[in-house]
Amino acid sequence: MSPPLIEVEHLTMRFGGLVAIDDVSFAARAHAITAVIGPNGAGKTTVFNCITGFYKPTIGRLTLRSPGGEFLLERMRGHEIGQKARVARTFQNIRLFSGMTVLENLMVAQHNKLMRASGWSLLGLVGAGRFRRAEGAAIELARLWLERIGLLADADRPAGELPYGAQRRLEIARAMCTEPVLLCLDEPAAGLNPRESAELNQLLVSIRDRDGIGVLLIEHDMSVVMNISDHIVVLDYGRKIAEGAPLAVRNDPAVIRAYLGTDEEALDA
Amino acid sequence: MGPRLPLMLKDAGLTAFVAAALGFFVVGFRTVDQGGGKGLGFDYQLVDLAVAVVAIFVGRLGLSMAANGLRWPAIALGIAMIAAGASPMKLPSGFLHWFVALGGVLLVIRAVWPWANDAMGAAARTPSGVALGKAGAKWFGWLLLAGAVLLPAMPFADQKTMDLGVLILTYVMLGWGLNIVVGLAGLLDLGYVAFYAVGAYAYALLSTQYGLGFWTVLPLAGMMAALFGIMLGFPVLRLRGDYLAIVTLGFGEIIRLVLLNWFDLTNGPAGIGSIPGPTLFGAVFAETPPPGKQTVSEMLGIAFDGNHRLIFLYYIILGLALITNLFTQRMRRLPVGRAWEALREDETACQALGINPTNTKLTAFAIGAMFAGFAGSFFAAKQRFISPESFVFIESAIILAIVVLGGMGSQIGVVLAAVLLIGLPEWFRDLGNYRMLAFGLAMVLIMVFRPRGLISHREPSIRLHPAGSGGGG
Repeated sequence: MSPPLIEVEHLTMRFGGLVAIDDVSFAARAHAITAVIGPNGAGKTTVFNCITGFYKPTIGRLTLRSPGGEFLLERMRGHEIGQKARVARTFQNIRLFSGMTVLENLMVAQHNKLMRASGWSLLGLVGAGRFRRAEGAAIELARLWLERIGLLADADRPAGELPYGAQRRLEIARAMCTEPVLLCLDEPAAGLNPRESAELNQLLVSIRDRDGIGVLLIEHDMSVVMNISDHIVVLDYGRKIAEGAPLAVRNDPAVIRAYLGTDEEALDA
Repeated sequence: MGPRLPLMLKDAGLTAFVAAALGFFVVGFRTVDQGGGKGLGFDYQLVDLAVAVVAIFVGRLGLSMAANGLRWPAIALGIAMIAAGASPMKLPSGFLHWFVALGGVLLVIRAVWPWANDAMGAAARTPSGVALGKAGAKWFGWLLLAGAVLLPAMPFADQKTMDLGVLILTYVMLGWGLNIVVGLAGLLDLGYVAFYAVGAYAYALLSTQYGLGFWTVLPLAGMMAALFGIMLGFPVLRLRGDYLAIVTLGFGEIIRLVLLNWFDLTNGPAGIGSIPGPTLFGAVFAETPPPGKQTVSEMLGIAFDGNHRLIFLYYIILGLALITNLFTQRMRRLPVGRAWEALREDETACQALGINPTNTKLTAFAIGAMFAGFAGSFFAAKQRFISPESFVFIESAIILAIVVLGGMGSQIGVVLAAVLLIGLPEWFRDLGNYRMLAFGLAMVLIMVFRPRGLISHREPSIRLHPAGSGGGG
């Protein structure tokens, strides 16, 4: 088995007196989809916010080991986690640049690479060939992702005009255009109909298998979680209550209790 | 029209009654000193009041007709009002002429609006309309540019027109500079005039104290203003929205107060005078050359004309403004420009994509400040005298209004708004004190009819499919 891509050790996050996450440890691998599930308020999004630098954890260590090196995420500034450690994320409530076009959204995602190629705008201002080639390559990468999410024809439309499901896919494509080693998805299936949900499953599986990166997933939709996850971490009231393969987690009595009290059927729904 | 007419008349009558009741105490009479220790007496202006009440009655009647689809009677009433206002008929005051005539104009606009709107909408949807609209948008900017370049050669270009042209272009340049900060990067800056002041004082001091010329100081002034932008930006750019606005407002005031009180350096409220104007290849614009210098008329072998200096200034500011515009257009297509717009749309998402928000905002702030610095040193060279009075908050507010009314981020919109906000008040100086009323009214009307600014269309900075191929929308 490959070594873990990211290791979360003893992560604790307190807001004043409230303990949102209490000593949670788990690991996620490359070439795998790891799901974090749990009832509302279990602390899933807080874990994400710690990993992606939006919160500084109170206690704990977040180690990312990628071909690019080893990074201690809890010590890095917010934007450096995307820029240097190459962790990308999407948001529970979609955060596209809605006034900009679909293509522009994907170009902004490649900002750091293009900034270097444009010589911090100086080479770009004079229209140097090096910048034009880098820009061409960036457009190609964007085109590739637009094809994969089926939005090629909509490339020049404002992102805010797209239907909801397309916006969800575009946000994932935008995160992928940063060429991440770890992709964190916060409820990507929220608000999708069953057909769109199935398309999302295919997209996530293709990201795992073709792009070979690690995917960390928060999700309520059990049809997504159970079908595509390789590994599941269950949180409840900020604590980890179970961890394992989908089948094992599904039958874990602690999980069933946390989710439903006693009834098992809704888990299958 | 039959059954509804009595209702409309009643409504108009009621409005006129309210106007008469309120207006009696405001317009109907005024107290005058009778002199000779007799105390105050009343001077009745009942004719003024009567004219205003009749105009309000007719106007209200016309508005309800327009609202009920009686377009032609409403237009007739409006034209009658315009005719009455413009007629040589003797009204007690000049303002009443304007009041009646402008009321008529508004009434006609209101009556024609829905119909014109439908007609324009329908015309714009036909294929030739679409093509025309695209060509118009493409050529409109070039037409404006050609007009601006040729303006000094026009027969009507007297000194007043040229002065106004220079003034409008200064505001166009400031608007384009602030557009980078507010329109593209979405940072609400209420202290923009501070950087304008830095540029102006940089030129004034360097030229009067050290004898440096305009073209030497121009880049220095820009750099100085950019430095001030960075100095202000570092501590405050972590703030968002309203908080940033308040801090920039404070910064603008600080700069003004420093200029006012640092007497040794800035000469305080008395300002700095006899600032040299810009030179043309070392030659000055003057009738008699100062020692060791050559005048432009000597150099070119033409007769001296006081207007030459103005025309030269006009072309300098036109050039500076165009440089600002070209630079901005270029930056918009570079990664940093796209990051500015992305920051405006969603800062959190930018951070998640690994974009350094502080650096990106700082570049926008510094570049915007730099152009204000250029414009400032031009201003000092044009006026030849500057004092802190020229850099008060209302200037920041006007520049911001130009950007917002023009349509955030739209370059052509800034031009239109600058012509409207700077040009119209100058042309309507005849209105006297009512000028600012008309100014406010124009702003309200623009925001009511075009809430997203005059030009709300945003051209993508990059396209995958060529424009108009059907792939886009």
